[in-house]
Amino acid sequence: MKTLIQNVTVGGGQTDLLLADGVVAAVGPGLSADDATVLDATGLRALPGLVDLHTHLREPGREDAETVESGTRSAARGGYTSVFAMANTLPVADTAGVVEQVQRLGEEAGWVDVRPVGAVTVGLAGQQLAELGAMADSRAAVRVFSDDGHCVSDAVLMRRALEYVKAFDGVIAQHAEEPRLTEGAQMNEGTVSAVLGLRGWPSVAEEAVIARDVLLADHVGSRLHVCHLSTRGSVEIVRWAKQRGVQVTAEVTPHHLLLTDELVRGYDPVYKVNPPLRTQADVEAVREGLADGTIDIVATDHAPHPVEAKDCEWSAAAMGMTGLETALSVVQHTMVDTGLMGWDTLVDRMSSAPARIGRLAGHGLPLEVGNPANLVLVDPAARWTVDPAAMATAGRNSPFRGMELPGKVVATFLRGRPTVLDSELVTP
Amino acid sequence: MRHLLSAADLDRDAAVHVLDVAEEMAATQRRVVKKLPTLRGRTVVNLFFEDSTRTRTSFEAAAKRLSADVINFSAKGSSVSKGESLKDTALTLEAMGADAVVVRHGSSGAPHRLAHAGWTRGAVVNAGDGTHEHPTQALLDAYTMRRHLRGGTGDLAGAKVVVVGDVLHSRVARSNVLLLHTLGAHVTLVAPPTLLPVGVEAWPCETSHDLDATLLRGEPDAVMMLRVQAERMDASKGSFFPSAREYSRRYGLGRERLGMLPDDTIVMHPGPMNRGLEISAEAADSVRSTIVEQVGNGVAVRMAVLYLLLAGELPGGDA
Ligand SMILES: [Zn+2]
Repeated sequence: MKTLIQNVTVGGGQTDLLLADGVVAAVGPGLSADDATVLDATGLRALPGLVDLHTHLREPGREDAETVESGTRSAARGGYTSVFAMANTLPVADTAGVVEQVQRLGEEAGWVDVRPVGAVTVGLAGQQLAELGAMADSRAAVRVFSDDGHCVSDAVLMRRALEYVKAFDGVIAQHAEEPRLTEGAQMNEGTVSAVLGLRGWPSVAEEAVIARDVLLADHVGSRLHVCHLSTRGSVEIVRWAKQRGVQVTAEVTPHHLLLTDELVRGYDPVYKVNPPLRTQADVEAVREGLADGTIDIVATDHAPHPVEAKDCEWSAAAMGMTGLETALSVVQHTMVDTGLMGWDTLVDRMSSAPARIGRLAGHGLPLEVGNPANLVLVDPAARWTVDPAAMATAGRNSPFRGMELPGKVVATFLRGRPTVLDSELVTP
Repeated sequence: MRHLLSAADLDRDAAVHVLDVAEEMAATQRRVVKKLPTLRGRTVVNLFFEDSTRTRTSFEAAAKRLSADVINFSAKGSSVSKGESLKDTALTLEAMGADAVVVRHGSSGAPHRLAHAGWTRGAVVNAGDGTHEHPTQALLDAYTMRRHLRGGTGDLAGAKVVVVGDVLHSRVARSNVLLLHTLGAHVTLVAPPTLLPVGVEAWPCETSHDLDATLLRGEPDAVMMLRVQAERMDASKGSFFPSAREYSRRYGLGRERLGMLPDDTIVMHPGPMNRGLEISAEAADSVRSTIVEQVGNGVAVRMAVLYLLLAGELPGGDA
C-alpha cells in the first residue's frame, strides 16, 4: 500500500510525503508515485501519530463502559497511533496473563498499538508488589507500571517499586493522592466546595505525595512519572526536582488545561473527575509548566463510563471524562492558539515525549525517511462542535460537549495504513 | 422562580415577600379553622432519603393546611450509593403527577440535580441536602428574628447575628449566611478552625475562633448555636476537636456566656440539640430562647414557600 500526501505542512514548510511498506519512503516537494493513492493535503499539517500514556480501555471486565475495540477506534479518531492501557481493569492487569490479553486484543482490533500498563501492586491493593518482572518479560513487554485510580501511598512499597523496575528500565507512574486527605472527596477544596457543601480534595494531597516521591526517586536513582498533575504547587515541586536532577516526568490532562471547578456549580457529574478540576490559577500554572517543559506530556486519562454512572446525583456519580477525541483540539486551543507553544512543541508533548517515557519503539519519531509511517493529518483552521453522541468511544461523558473547538483530525495512519480518512474510521 | 434550592435563589424582594406571606399564613393559623383551600387538587410529595421527622412533619402540615394532597415517600434504605435511585424515584413521582417535590437528601446538590436533569416537572424544594443547604430553615430563622429583633419592625438590616459551632457540616449555617446577608444583617461565624470550611473567606460574613471575644465585642441581637454533628465525625475522619469537654468550654453556650449577652439578645438553635455540648439546658430553656418557637414558625414559612412556588408568584429567575 502506497499513499502520496501532497502539499502538506510539516514543521515550518510545505512538502509531499510518500508512505510505502509501512514507512515514510520519501519526503520532499513534487513527489510522484504511479501506484499510490494520492491525497491533497493543502491546508493540513502532518504530525507524528499521537501517543497517549494514560488511557482507560476498561477491558477486560468493564466492557459496558468501553472495549479495547471501541477505545482504540476512539484513539484513531483522535489522531493517536498508540495508547497505554491503564491497569485498573477486572481482573486487574497485574499478571503477565492479563497484560498479554490486553496486548492481543489491541492487535486484533488493529486501530492503534496498545501497550498495557502493569499494576504496581497486586489487585491495586497497595499491599504487595505485583510480578513486575514477569510483566516486563512477557510478550507485552511492559515498561510502565501504575496503580492509577489508587495511589501507592505506602512509602516503603513505593521505594521498593521504584528500585525494582530499574532492572528492566521501567517507570512507576504515580497517581498522587494522599488517601487520608481525600477521603470522601468530591471536588477541589476551595471557595466553590465551600459554597456547594461538597467535601474537598485539597491540592496538598497531590503535592505532598509528589514531593515525597521525587525525593524517593532521587534517593534510589530511579524513574518516576507523575500522572495527571493538576495544581500550581505540583508544577513547582516538579520544577524544583528537575533542577535538582531527579529523573521525574509529569503529565497533564487536556481537561486540566482548560476547565475549572467553577463548572461544578451546576452539580453536573460530567465535571466529576479525579484529580478534580482546580482553579484558574492552577490552569494557568499547568499551561505554563507544559509550555516550559516542566510538564513533559499531555495524557488524556480517557475514562469512559456508561450513561447511568453519570446520570445521577453528584455524590453517587463515577469520576472520569472521555478525552481521546478532543485532546488535540483542546491542546491546540489552550496552548497553540494562545501562543504558549508552537506545533513542534505540541508534537513533543503529545507524541515524542510520551513514546520516550513509555519506551515505545516506532512511535513519536519525526516524519523522516525510513521511520514507521505513524502520523496524523490535522486541519488547524477547522472548527467543530463537540458532540459526544458522534464519538467512537462508548463513553458519552465528555466535559467538552457543546463546546466549539479548533483543529480537526482529518486522517490517521498506522504504519502507512489509514485508520482514519476524511475524519471517518477506515475499516482495516 | 420555579424551585427553591438555595437561599441564594432569593433576592431581597423575594425573601421579604416570602416572609410577609408567612406572616399572613401564620395569622390564618390562629383561626379555629386552620385549613385554606389554596392548593386543593395539587399534589406535594415529601421525598425523604434521610430521616427527619421534624422537617417532614413540618412540610406535611404546611401542605395539608393548604389543602394539597400529600404523599410521603421515604426512600431511606433504598441504596443511594447506587446512583439510579434518585432518578428512578423521581420518574415514579413524575408519573404520579407531583406538582411539588420536597426533597431531603444526604448528598449535596441532589435537589439541584432533581430540578435540572429533566427527571421531574414539579417544583423542587430543598429540605436539606448533604452539607450544602437548608433554605426553609434559614427562612424560618429569619422569620423568628423578624418577630423579635429591632422591636419587631420586620427589618433585619444591620442586625448582628452570631452563628456558633459546626459550620463545616452545617447546611443551616450556609443557608443562614446567604439569606441574612441578603436581608442586610451582619453575620459572624464562630468555630474552631477545624470546623470552618476551607473557602469560607469568600462567604459574605465574618469569622472568628474566639466566642467570648465575639460576644463581648459584638453585642449580638441573636446567637444561633449549631448542632455538633457527631455522626459526621467518626474517628476515621480524624478529630475535629479534642474532647466534648473542651468543645463545650470553648464553644458551648452555658450560664457564663449567657450572662455576657445583652438583655434582648435571643438564643436560637435549629435542633435537635445536644444539651450539655453546644448548649446548656439553662440556655436552651431560658426566656431568651426561641428554640420551640422556631419549630412552630417553620409551618407558616413552608406554607408560604409551597403556596408561592405553586402559584408561580415568587419573583426571580429559574433557580
Ligand atoms: Zn489517576
